[in-house]
Amino acid sequence: MSVSAVEQAPAYADPHHLRAAEHDGPAPKRIVTGYGFWIFLLSDIVMFSCFFASFAVLSKATAGGPGGAELFDIRNVAIETALLLVSSFACGMASIAAERHSALWFQVAMAATGLLGAGFLLLEAREFTDLVGRGDGPSRSAFLSAFFTLVGCHGLHVGAGLLWLLTMMAQVMTKGFRADIERRILCFALFWHALDIIWVAVFSVVYLLGSAT
Amino acid sequence: MTDQVQEFDGRGDLAPGEQQHGDLRSRILFHVAGLGLAVLLTAASFFIAGTNLVWQPSIPVALIVLAIAQMGVHLVFFLHITTGPDNTNNVLALAFGLIIVFLVVGGSLWIMSNLNHNMMPMDPLMQMQH
Repeated sequence: MSVSAVEQAPAYADPHHLRAAEHDGPAPKRIVTGYGFWIFLLSDIVMFSCFFASFAVLSKATAGGPGGAELFDIRNVAIETALLLVSSFACGMASIAAERHSALWFQVAMAATGLLGAGFLLLEAREFTDLVGRGDGPSRSAFLSAFFTLVGCHGLHVGAGLLWLLTMMAQVMTKGFRADIERRILCFALFWHALDIIWVAVFSVVYLLGSAT
Repeated sequence: MTDQVQEFDGRGDLAPGEQQHGDLRSRILFHVAGLGLAVLLTAASFFIAGTNLVWQPSIPVALIVLAIAQMGVHLVFFLHITTGPDNTNNVLALAFGLIIVFLVVGGSLWIMSNLNHNMMPMDPLMQMQH
């Protein structure tokens, strides 16, 4: 066992070609990386839960200004939700293509993911500029401060995810499906799906509950 | 494909987000099923929020239940979190995260509503200052 491990040593000396099962660590590298990123995502979700808590506490503190029912355009939110949901599905297709090492389908699915995500971000930016233009910016009331913090933080995550997505497309194009690139694709897919899960909470708690009451 | 996955999980574990079984067709169908369920739950949420057909005070509860259900659908169908032994670590980490989330959200709401309830109304407070 140990002899064969020593003989194999040169094969995995280069970290770019480190495949999981070949090394004698506590767990294969792919699992360690994926699990570590999963922990990060959970801590990110804990951070979002603080923003959700502050939004829920402050949702009635409109300081005489407009509340959710007057401000939110539910049709716009429905389109945003559809865009992000289909984007998450396209990201799943990209993961499958990556596992099968099909560069063409990977690029197509990632491009669809990115375009849908960019559409989401565009709609959200339009909504924000519209609100600020009407004088209902984050400084109008505690409710609006909490709203812009929570939804804006999610939007920032989507923006960062788009940059990561473009990086992954470029890396697959230039470096191919190397072991380390595959791990990054796994982490990106986790990130993108987690953003969609957070958006489910956002549209339910912020927009639908906010405009129902 | 199956060979390749088995090459990765020498210890019988799966990384979060990894799908363990099936050929290409069944994998894609799995995602399509997830998309269908998510669309259904989203449509139900948006319908319930704007309808007059149900008892109005039940709407917030229904929205929260639908949201939690949809998060579950996303976890199972897109993130491939299962109850299998190869997913124990992932599920335990998720459970711990959820405990913190519920403590933060539930605790904040509880404490703040209690403070609001106990706070003296603003008008007498203003009179006391004079």
